Amino acid sequence: MPSSPVAATSAASSVGELQRIASQVRRDIVRQVHACQSGHPGGSLGCADFFTALYFSILRHDPASWNMDGRDQDLFFLSNGHISPVWYSVLARSGYFPVSELATFRKINGRLQGHPTTHEGLPGVRMASGSLGQGLSVGIGAALAKKLNGDDKLVYTLHGDGELQEGQIWEAAMYAAGKKVDNLISTIDCNGRQIDGDVDDVLPLGDLHAKWLAFGWDVLETDGNDMEKLLTCMAEAKRRTGKGKPVMVLMCTEMGQGVDFMMHSHAWHGIAPNDAQLASALGQLEETLGDY
Amino acid sequence: MTYPVLDQKDTRSGFGAGLLEVGRSNPDVVALCADLTGSLKMDAFEKEFPERFFQVGIAEANMMGIAAGLTIGGKIPFTGTFANFSTGRVYDQVRQSIAYAGKNVKICASHAGLTLGEDGATHQILEDIGLMRMLPGMTVIVPADHNQTRQATLAIAAHQGPCYLRFGRPKWPVFIPADSPFEIGKAQVLVEGSDVTMIACGHLVWHTLQAAEQLAKEGVTAEVINMHTIKPLDAEAILRSVSRTGCVVTCEEHNRHGGLGDAVAQVLTASRPAPQEFVAVNDSFGESGTPDQLLKKYGLMPADIVAAAHRAIARA
Repeated sequence: MPSSPVAATSAASSVGELQRIASQVRRDIVRQVHACQSGHPGGSLGCADFFTALYFSILRHDPASWNMDGRDQDLFFLSNGHISPVWYSVLARSGYFPVSELATFRKINGRLQGHPTTHEGLPGVRMASGSLGQGLSVGIGAALAKKLNGDDKLVYTLHGDGELQEGQIWEAAMYAAGKKVDNLISTIDCNGRQIDGDVDDVLPLGDLHAKWLAFGWDVLETDGNDMEKLLTCMAEAKRRTGKGKPVMVLMCTEMGQGVDFMMHSHAWHGIAPNDAQLASALGQLEETLGDY
Repeated sequence: MTYPVLDQKDTRSGFGAGLLEVGRSNPDVVALCADLTGSLKMDAFEKEFPERFFQVGIAEANMMGIAAGLTIGGKIPFTGTFANFSTGRVYDQVRQSIAYAGKNVKICASHAGLTLGEDGATHQILEDIGLMRMLPGMTVIVPADHNQTRQATLAIAAHQGPCYLRFGRPKWPVFIPADSPFEIGKAQVLVEGSDVTMIACGHLVWHTLQAAEQLAKEGVTAEVINMHTIKPLDAEAILRSVSRTGCVVTCEEHNRHGGLGDAVAQVLTASRPAPQEFVAVNDSFGESGTPDQLLKKYGLMPADIVAAAHRAIARA
């Protein structure tokens, strides 16, 4: 076990190495949420593998030279901003800001706001999100700017499945396909759960694959908690860019993945563990990079 | 000083002319429209810069988000739709993705107020100035005529930060010379006077000038201030004038709640309390009719301003 918290190399490539980073990211998530006794651990844990893959293998980015415009770098927009703990963890662990700053999550005078924002100047974050349904439009705008600038890098977005109940998502879905925004890879965290219960009970989404296809997207599906399959699918998604269609990746995940008592329910969407629950959670997650 | 009518032109055409100019002078300027290109007079920009024009269809929420995203990469997006669909319909998108995120988007809003006319209350937004000036960091501009709308369009392109530019549909007297100076946040004293301060924005600046002429015939000298920028408000200009006149009338094509009148009252109550009369729509929706019929029915004519001036002076 390392004696002090460290950032991982952002060029991690092996599946094993990424899985080790993801374990630390999961520890960071539950510790952030426990420390302030608020936040959203369930979706964050479910997306830990995706964020780790994104920031340590997929994105072409340079944390050291971060700037708002992000020219000649891949860009990522988190539309379902409530899973900020997982994003903050990978941003810190990949070098955007000190890992120790994770201790300030949701605390007064901090940059790690409950939902991500540009307002406090946190490196790595280019848009405020939290009010749902807005991130796909923003991603389209950033992708259009890249085309105008002759910038061949890509734009990635992530959305919750419950978030797809927002109408603006479908306005954006129509636009991206209709206007051939093909430098965009969007992903959906299909965990089937939202605050009030299962998505199928709250408001069923129907056949998502068929819906995105019908809107004119190129659609892929993968297991969002299987690092190997995730990497393979995202590589395929990247290959499909530049061919006249936006690319959608539907990722099947388990809310609360990695912490047994947080899985198989929507209960841990937005509540924090107590001391005993934290200890139980951390006992299931190896400390691979050192806690902050 | 009198202001001759130079022409009769709609303020939206001033926006269209200004947009084309900034498009020519700055390659980072892009424009988005939600199926109202002709109404917003954005067609010349679209024709000359098709690669920098984005027709988003009838989807204003998506338009605001795309505009916010375009700023990431250095673009200066101008969105165009009616004032109602630029504010109330997309308030949360503007709030989160543009204002809170601090994005350099120019929200350009036509067909504001009663002078939209026959379409009726669904389209005649009278609450937009209030909605937009409540957003931290949002610059709010309501120019007085065609020439000033063009100048304001040039000014917001050069300004860093989110802006709301409000203009209208009808042909309206043009009285501000095309080369007259325009500075965001700096009010224009159009007529000097010492008996009452009359502060107006948008179409009602012209009516206020007419009212001042009538008052002059009655021996009352009114000071007329064109408050084209509602936010940041030129508090100094208000206080300088009211400290001499002792009373004020505010005139706007907007609900009396939330608009220019409230903004002026806030300055006065904090620094120099004075009697104030509000020429504005009295907390109601509009209806169908011609612009003149509506302005008359809802109390926004020069005669209404004259009456308000007398009431203010009587209370001073």
